[in-house]
Amino acid sequence: MPSVMLKKNAEGKLVFYVPKKDLEEVAESVEFDSPDKWGGEVLLSDGSKYYFEPMNEQPDFPVTLRAKRLDSGE
Amino acid sequence: MAALTKEETEALIQEVLEVYPEQARKDRAKHLAVNDQSLEKSNKCITSNRKSQPGVMTIRGCAYAGSKGVVWGPIKDMIHISHGPVGCGQYSRAGRRNYYVGTTGINTFGTMNFTSDFTEKDIVFGGDKKLAKIMHEIEELFPLNKGISIQSECPIGLIGDDIEAVAKKANKEIGKPVVPVRCEGFRGVSQSLGHHIANDAIRDWVLENRDGDETFATTPYDVAVIGDYNIGGDAWASRTLLEEMGLRVVAQWSGDGTIAEMEKTPKVKLNLIHCYRSMNYIARHMEEKYKIPWIEYNFFGPTKIAESLRKIAALFDETIQAGAEKVIAKYQAEYDAVIAKYKPRLQGKRVMLYVGGLRPRHVIGAYEDLGMEVVGTGYEFGHNDDYDRTIKEMGNATLIYDDVTGYEFEEFVKRVQPDLIGSGIKEKYIFQKMGIPFRQMHSWDYSGPYHGYDGFAIFARDMDMTLNNPCWKQVKVPWKTAESSNVAVAASA
Repeated sequence: MPSVMLKKNAEGKLVFYVPKKDLEEVAESVEFDSPDKWGGEVLLSDGSKYYFEPMNEQPDFPVTLRAKRLDSGE
Repeated sequence: MAALTKEETEALIQEVLEVYPEQARKDRAKHLAVNDQSLEKSNKCITSNRKSQPGVMTIRGCAYAGSKGVVWGPIKDMIHISHGPVGCGQYSRAGRRNYYVGTTGINTFGTMNFTSDFTEKDIVFGGDKKLAKIMHEIEELFPLNKGISIQSECPIGLIGDDIEAVAKKANKEIGKPVVPVRCEGFRGVSQSLGHHIANDAIRDWVLENRDGDETFATTPYDVAVIGDYNIGGDAWASRTLLEEMGLRVVAQWSGDGTIAEMEKTPKVKLNLIHCYRSMNYIARHMEEKYKIPWIEYNFFGPTKIAESLRKIAALFDETIQAGAEKVIAKYQAEYDAVIAKYKPRLQGKRVMLYVGGLRPRHVIGAYEDLGMEVVGTGYEFGHNDDYDRTIKEMGNATLIYDDVTGYEFEEFVKRVQPDLIGSGIKEKYIFQKMGIPFRQMHSWDYSGPYHGYDGFAIFARDMDMTLNNPCWKQVKVPWKTAESSNVAVAASA
C-alpha cells in the first residue's frame, strides 16, 4: 500500500509519484475519471497497475492517496 | 583518441569488472551502463541509491553531511549545533563555500562550528542536559541568532537521546525556532537520505510558522529559488537574472538564506528548483499543501539559461516574458564574446564528470556551449529519477556510472583518456598525478560563481586555465617513461 502523490502535468495528464521508489510515471488511463466518480484501476506508462478506492468526486490535485499495487511487477 | 563505440564501451565495463569477486561483480555491473538515448526510463539500464559494497572506495557522504552540510548549514542566521562528538562538525566546517552577507559571529554564523563535543560521559549518561545547557549558552553569547537547529551525529540515535523534547522545551524558553533534525550519519546509503530528513524537518518545524498570517505583502511575481547553495556566489548570479526579468525573489534556499525567508516561502507563486535531488521533497510538499507549482531550471551555460528563462517566463504574463527576452538580449554580446574567446581553445575536448546532486547533468550544456563533449558522467547519490533526466542530456554510447568506486573511476579514465575531469577533492590529486587536468566541481575549485551569465564567463575561463595549462607537459607519469614511449614509437613505425 504505497502512498502516491498525484498531480496533473501541463498536458492535463495524471502524474504518479511514489517517493519511496523514485517512481515518477504518467498514468495512461484511469478507470473512473468523471466529475462525480474518480478512482479504480490506474494503468501507468511503464505497464504497472495500481488501484485506488473509488471516490464520489474528483480529488483536489495535487494530493497524496493510498494505492494498492495490482500486479507484482518487476 | 576517438570516441568509443557502444560495443567498446560495454567491453570496457566488462574488463573493469573482471577484478571483482563474483558477488561484487554482479552488484557493480548494475551500476555501470552505456547511455542509450532511446531508453525512456533509466531503471532499464542502471540501478542507483543502493548500499555501497564493503571494501570498495566509495566517494559518498553520510546523512549528517546531507542535512548539516547541504540543506541546513547555509541558512546563515541560525545556529546549527553539530550534536555529538566534535569531529563531524569540525572537519566539515566551512568547506562548502556557501557565501553569505553578514557579520560572522554577530548576526550570521555560516562558517562557525557549534558542537556539543560529546565525551564518554555523555555517551554513558546521555547528552540531553548538555544540549539544553548549550542552547542557553548560545542565547547568551549570540543573542542575534534567529533560531537553532540540532544536527544529530551517529551517537545520538545509538544512545536514544530525546532531542525533540529538549527542542520543544528550549523553544518555549528562548522563544525562537529550535529544530531537531534526526540526520544521524548511519541512516540511509548516502547523503541523499540526509537531504530528505532535512526537508522533512523544515516541513514539520519551519514551514507552517506563518500559516494564517497574511501580513506579508505579496505580488503576482513572487518566486522562491530552491536548491541553490550559493557556492562561490552562485545564487547571487542566478538571482540577478530573475530579478532583471521582473520577478521578485522572496526566498533563497538555502545559500545566503535566512529562516524568515523559509517561513515566507509558502506565500510565493512559483518555486524554482535548481538542485532537484536535495530539495524536490519540500517542493512537492508545498505543491500539495499550498498549491504552489514548481519547475526545474538550469542556469549553467547560455543555451540552458535562455531555455530556462523562457520556461519560467511562460508561467507568468507578457511583461515577464518580454523581460526574459530582454535579459537574454542584454547579455548576448557578453556571452558571445566568452564563447568566441574560449571555444577555439576548448573545441573538441572531452570531459568526464563524477559529482553529486544536479551537476552530472546540468553542466553538460555549459560544456557543449564551449564546444566540449561530456563522455562520462555519474552521480554519487543520485536516484533513478536523476538518471531518467540524464539519459537525454548525454550522447549515445557514453559511460554512465553510479556510485563509482575509486578503482573503476581510475580504470575508466585510463582507457577513455579524457582531456578534463570534473570531480571532488578526493579524486583531484590522483588524476593530477596521472597527468590529467582536473577541476573540482563540488566547490568550483575555490572559484565561482558558475551559475548565470556572469558565472559562465568564469566557468569558461577556469576550464581554459586548467586544460591549457603548460604544467601538464611537465608532469612525469610513471608509466609514460622514456622507455615506454620509445616502445610506442617503435610500434607505430
